[in-house]
Amino acid sequence: MKTHEQFADDLALYALGEMAGSDRQEFEEHLHTCAACRRELQALRGDLGLLGLSSSGPQPPARSKERLMRAIAAEPPRWPATAAVEQPRRSLLWTWIPAFAALALLFVTIGIWRSNQHANDQLAELTNRNQDQRIQLDRLNEELRLLQSPDAVHVSLNPMKSPRQPSGTAIFSPSQKRMIFMASNLPPVPEGKAYELWIIPMKGAPMPAGVFKPDEHGNAMMMDHPMPEGVITKAFAITVEKAEGSDKPTSAIMLMGEVTAGG
Amino acid sequence: MEPVEKTSRSQGEAADEMRLIARIRSGEQQAMSELYDRYSKVVYAVALRVLQDAAAAEDVLQDVFLQLWRNPDAFDASRGSLAAWLAVITRHRSIDQLRKRRPETDIEECVIASGPDLRDETERTLVVEKVRGALAEMNPDQRTALEMAFFQGLTHAEIAEKTGEPLGTIKTRIRSGLQQLRTRFAG
Repeated sequence: MKTHEQFADDLALYALGEMAGSDRQEFEEHLHTCAACRRELQALRGDLGLLGLSSSGPQPPARSKERLMRAIAAEPPRWPATAAVEQPRRSLLWTWIPAFAALALLFVTIGIWRSNQHANDQLAELTNRNQDQRIQLDRLNEELRLLQSPDAVHVSLNPMKSPRQPSGTAIFSPSQKRMIFMASNLPPVPEGKAYELWIIPMKGAPMPAGVFKPDEHGNAMMMDHPMPEGVITKAFAITVEKAEGSDKPTSAIMLMGEVTAGG
Repeated sequence: MEPVEKTSRSQGEAADEMRLIARIRSGEQQAMSELYDRYSKVVYAVALRVLQDAAAAEDVLQDVFLQLWRNPDAFDASRGSLAAWLAVITRHRSIDQLRKRRPETDIEECVIASGPDLRDETERTLVVEKVRGALAEMNPDQRTALEMAFFQGLTHAEIAEKTGEPLGTIKTRIRSGLQQLRTRFAG
């Protein structure tokens, strides 16, 4: 049985594609269990990439591009021809509006019922509660206003790799500078981790846009999140980060969606 | 010490490449055309250097770009740069061609770590000059071993036999040669 040091010693051989047969199989089994070797292997491939770039030569013949584009055009579509970015979808918007309206009605009903219970002897408390309810209703109305805004832009975030079950939708209004984000079918995050939403601007680094954890059904929602001023949003993305959030993405993108209208 | 900032891979480069890959994933042929314009010279140069045959290099060029079109998710834009990844994939495909064997490297398995910024021609030229500088400063035996392994696809044992050096020495030369390249870009 080889030790970690022996495997680590052979990383360059593996990166150069020299291993075959049982040696290779044994090495790959070790790689599956050894994060340090995987990291070093990736670094070695980066070094090999640099070495490759030291080559210089002529431009490939012009016919080569024509040949490639012809071959691509002749390929059968291997994925749905839908763009990763969806156009604004009114149907989704209208499915959410009744839900918000029902929620608003529920708050009102609860508010009235509670008010009646305490009307005689707890007037002061009632006043406070009504204020709370008014604030909540105002918030819901604000959300409805965003959803109904003519310039509300919907951005669907799709998985970078299959399976494609997880999905997310960001709706933001450039004029209101606010955003709602909804996601579904998200796998649970490990202990101490959370999902982080990123705004990818036209220029500059991704900007953190909130940390969230899905519920037991894999659903998550972030309401009334402010959008940064003076930033033209190009895309949204989700990564897994530490629970308190990161300043910049530190893991592979799980979902991503580009903005095609507004923003 | 050279300014690292000039060549460090940026979030902007990663986002730029993610967008390009996302467009390819959605089936946009124009995105593939842009990607080809940006990186075909790198791919062709590596294939030509390994294969020493223009027609064979052109075949590898086609194969590499077609593979990326068919499976754009094989490249993880959040990790390494696309140019470096393509250089490695092209080298592997070229060696397979040279040895008349079936492709041995699964492109999805070929994840590389972040390196310098290679998004545009100017940045790539800077990086190439730096790599050549690092190679020129290496011990000639070390440089030869590295180039024989990478560009000629010779195994460590074959290099040892050709150079008359012990296998362990060849192994050390290649490993420390790659380490020197990395150190050069780390600071």
